[in-house]
Amino acid sequence: MTALTTPARPDDDTSPRPIPWRRMTGVTWRQHRYALAAVAVLLGGLAGWLWIAGTSVHHDYAAVTACRPASAPACQDLATTFNGTWNAMSIPSVLLQLLPALIGAFVGAPLLARELETGTFRFAWTQGFGRWRWALAKLVPLAVVLAAATCAFGALVSWCYQPFLAPGNQELGIYGNTPFAVVFSLREVTFPAWTVATFAIGALAGMLIRRVVPAIVATLAVYAGLAVVAAAFLREHYLTPLVSSDTNVPGTAWIIGQWWTKDGRFAFAGNPPDSLLNACSFPQGPGGKGGGIGGPGGPPSSANPFAQCLAPHGYAPWTSFQPATRFWPFQWIEGGWLLVLAALLIAVTIWLVHRRAA
Amino acid sequence: MTAPTIPAQPGADLSPRPLPWRRMAGVTWRQHRYALVGVVVLLGALAVWVWTAGTSLHNAYAAAVACHPVNSSACVNLVVSFNGSATDKFMGSKGAGGVLLQVMPALIGAFAGAPVLARELETGTFRFAWTQGFGRWRWALAKLVLLGVVLAAATAAFGALVSWYFQPESGANSQIPGLYEASPFGNLFSLREVTFPAWTLAAFTIAALAGMLIRRVVPAIVATLAVYAGLAFAVAAFLRKHYLTPLVTSNINISLPGGSTAWTIGQWTTKGGRFAFAGNPPDSLVNQLCSNVPQDKIGPLGFAPCLAQHGYTQWTSYQPATRFWPFQWIEGGWLLALSVLLVAAVIWLVRRRAA
Amino acid sequence: MNVVEASGLGKRYGRTWALRECTLEIPAGRVAALVGPNGAGKTTLLNLAVGLSTPSAGAVTVLGGRRAGSPAALDGIAFVAQDTPLYKTLSVADMIYITRTLNRRFDKSYAYARLEDLGIPPKRRAGKLSGGQQAQLALTLALARRPRLLVLDEPVAMLDPIARHDFMATVLAAASAYGVSVLLSSHVLTELERVADYLILLSRGQVRLAGAVDDLLATHGKASLEELALTYLRETPAEVTR
Repeated sequence: MTALTTPARPDDDTSPRPIPWRRMTGVTWRQHRYALAAVAVLLGGLAGWLWIAGTSVHHDYAAVTACRPASAPACQDLATTFNGTWNAMSIPSVLLQLLPALIGAFVGAPLLARELETGTFRFAWTQGFGRWRWALAKLVPLAVVLAAATCAFGALVSWCYQPFLAPGNQELGIYGNTPFAVVFSLREVTFPAWTVATFAIGALAGMLIRRVVPAIVATLAVYAGLAVVAAAFLREHYLTPLVSSDTNVPGTAWIIGQWWTKDGRFAFAGNPPDSLLNACSFPQGPGGKGGGIGGPGGPPSSANPFAQCLAPHGYAPWTSFQPATRFWPFQWIEGGWLLVLAALLIAVTIWLVHRRAA
Repeated sequence: MTAPTIPAQPGADLSPRPLPWRRMAGVTWRQHRYALVGVVVLLGALAVWVWTAGTSLHNAYAAAVACHPVNSSACVNLVVSFNGSATDKFMGSKGAGGVLLQVMPALIGAFAGAPVLARELETGTFRFAWTQGFGRWRWALAKLVLLGVVLAAATAAFGALVSWYFQPESGANSQIPGLYEASPFGNLFSLREVTFPAWTLAAFTIAALAGMLIRRVVPAIVATLAVYAGLAFAVAAFLRKHYLTPLVTSNINISLPGGSTAWTIGQWTTKGGRFAFAGNPPDSLVNQLCSNVPQDKIGPLGFAPCLAQHGYTQWTSYQPATRFWPFQWIEGGWLLALSVLLVAAVIWLVRRRAA
Repeated sequence: MNVVEASGLGKRYGRTWALRECTLEIPAGRVAALVGPNGAGKTTLLNLAVGLSTPSAGAVTVLGGRRAGSPAALDGIAFVAQDTPLYKTLSVADMIYITRTLNRRFDKSYAYARLEDLGIPPKRRAGKLSGGQQAQLALTLALARRPRLLVLDEPVAMLDPIARHDFMATVLAAASAYGVSVLLSSHVLTELERVADYLILLSRGQVRLAGAVDDLLATHGKASLEELALTYLRETPAEVTR
C-alpha cells in the first residue's frame, strides 16, 4: 500500500489565507472554453462580413460625397444608389440587436444553472476556494472578456454604419438617419453594456431557476422586455429634449414629438385635424399613384408639409428632439445604467450563492 | 408486503402486436408540457401585439377608403395617415418588429425540438425510455409527429393573423390615388399561414436531428439557430425569387415604390433591342441625356422616364402578387419535404444507435 | 428455457473491447448475480441483453430465443439502469402513468400500494426524492410491468443497509412467488450471498466463471460466494463451469 508522502500539518490551517483569485482564471477557461470559443467564432464571422459590407458602404459613400455639383442628376443617381445600400443594411441593423441577447443568455444562464442542474455544485462549492469567491471569480472575468470582445465589435459597427449617420446627408439626397434610432445599442459603449447586463440577468436567472434551458428562455424574455422598454420609452428621456420652432430640424436629430400652438396656446399634436385642412389644398404626387405626401420611399423627412398652409392662420409648429451632438452623453447614460444594473444583479447572484443551503 | 396482482401470461407474448400509437399522446404531453405552454404563451403575447397594431392599420385603411370625395384635402389627409402607418416600417420585413418576428420559427423550433432527444441522451433517461414495451423508434416518431402537429397548428393560426395584418396593403382599392400598396412577398412572407408552420417544422426537425447527433441540449439549440440562420438567409436572398420564372415587362410603373404589389427581381435597359446596361444608368449617359432634368422632377422612378424619351426601354423582371399563394405552397412544400427527410434521418439514427 | 443466451458476444468501443468472447446460458427461474470489479464489463453485458447496444461480435438472445431489443424482448424484460434514471422534473404519478402507457402489462394497484408502503407520495417530483427512494421507485415501476426477466444494474449502490435488505427481499419475493427471473449486477457480495443462486464472474471483459452457486461452491471447494469471487477475480482466466 503506497503511503501518503505529504504529512499533515495540524497547526497550519486554523485561519487560512484565501487562495489567490488568479487561480480561477484557468478553472473558468477550462469549464467555459467552448462557450467562449463559440462567441469568438460568432463575433468573428459577423465581423468579417461587416468589414466587407462596410468597405463597400464607405466606397459608395465616398463616391457620393466626392461628386460635384451635388444637385447634378448624375450625383443624384449616385445618391439613389446609396439609398438602396441603406435599404440592404437596415436589416442587419435590426438582426444584430439579437447578439447581446444570444451571447448574454447562452454564456450567462448555464454558468450557475448547469452546476445546480447536474449537481456538480456539490463538488465546486466544497473546494478550498470557497463558493461565493468561486462565483465572483467566474462572473467578473467572463463579463470583462465579453465586454472587451463586444466593445471591439461595437467599434466595427460604428465604422460600418457611420456613412448612414453622417450629418449633411440630406443635402446630398441621402436619407437622413439619426444615430439614436439606428444601431444605437450596438455601439462601443452600449453593445458591451447590453451584453454584460444580459449576461448578469442570465447568471441570476440560472441561480433562481436552477435549470439551464428554462434559464436561457427566461433571460431572452427579460432582455426582450428590457430592450423594448429602453428603446420605446426610456431612451428619449435621458436628457430633457430640446424644443424648436424651426420645422427644419437636422436629419440626424431624433424627433421625439411634434405639436402646434396657436397664439401661444396648445392647439393639437401630430397631424392637423380634418376640419383645419379643408382650407388647404395639397399637390398630388407624381403619376397620381404612390409617392404621396408623407408617402413611402424612406424614413420620413422632418420638413413639415402642413407648415405653409397653417402658418398664415396663426399656427406655429414645435418640435422636441434630441440633437445628434448628444449622442455620446446618451451612450454613456445608457451604458452607465446598464452596468449599474449588471453590477447589482451580479451582487444579488453572489449573495444567493453565499446564502443558499445546498 | 404487497404482492403483484396480475399473474404472468407466458404464452401471450411471442409476436406481440405493437402498442397503439395514441398512447404516446399523454406521455408526450407530460414530458413536454412546459415547452408547449411556453410556445402558446409566446405566440399569444405576440398575437396581441400584432392584433393591436393591425386594428389601427385596418381602421386607418377603412377611413381612407370610405372617404368621399377622393380629392378633398380631408380624404387626402386620411390617405396620408394610412400611408404613414403602413410605412412606419416597424412591421415590414425590414422593420424592427418584422425582423424580430422572423426569428420566431427558429426559436420555437430550436427550443421545442432540441430537448426531445438530446435531453434523454444527456441525462441518461433514454435507458428508461428505450427499454419500455413501446419500442424506441416508435416512441421517437410518435413524439416528433405529435409535437410537430401541435406546433404547426399554433403557427398556422398566427400566420393567418399576419396575413390579416397586411391585407390593407394588397392594393385592392387602387383607384384611390396615392394609397400605399406593397408586395406580399416583402411583407413577412415567411410568417404566413403556410410558411410559418413550414419554417417552424424545419427548425424543429433540424433541432431534433442536432439533438440526436450532438446529444447535449444547449449545443444542439445553438447549432440549430446557426443552421436555420444560414438556410433562411439563402432562401430569402437567392432561392425564393426563382420558384417560378419571373415575368418581364417594359412598364416602368411596375416597380413604383408604394404603388405596386409586384416584387421586383431585376431591372435592365435596352436600346434598339440590344442590351445597354443593368440597374441604374451610368453617370456618363445621365449627364449626356438627362442633365437638364430639374432635381425635384426626379421621382421614385429615377431617370427611366427621361431615358425613355431617348429610345431606351427599361425592362423589369418581377413576380406578380397573384403568385403569392403558389409561392407559399412551393416554399411550404419543400420545407415540409425537408422536415420529413430529417425526421426519417432521426428515426434511422434512433434505431441504429448503440448505447 | 434460458432467459439469456450469449455466444461469442463481444462489444468494442473504439479499439477497446469492453466485453469479449462471452458465452453464457442463464436458465430461467434463477436469481443470477453478475459480479466483477469496476470496468469488468457488467454494464456493457446488461446493455447488450436489454437491447440498448448492439454487439460488435457474436449474438445474444433472451427469453428463449428472442432477439435482444426486439418488441417481444422489450415486452418481457424490465430494466433498471445504473443511477436509476427517472424524469427528475416529473412527479411520481407521472412516472407511473408513463410506464403504464408505454407497456402492455402494468399492475397499477400494485404500484400505488407499494409506493404507499414505502412512504413515497405520488405528487412529489422524482428529482426531489432521496437516492434510496428513487431506487425504490424505479424497482416498483419495473416490477409493476410484470416482466419475465428483471434486469438490475448495480441497484443497491444508493441504498442504506435496511433499504438494501428490503429491496433484495422484494426482489426475492417476486422471483420465488411469481416466477420472475432476475439478473442483477453488483459488487456488494454480502448481499448477493443471501439472494443469488446463479453466479457469473466477469473480469476485464471476460467471463471467468458461470454456473449455479451451489455447484460452483462444491466444485471449487469454497465456503462462500465472497471467497469464490475473490479467488477467481484475482487469478488468470479459469475454465468456465456450467
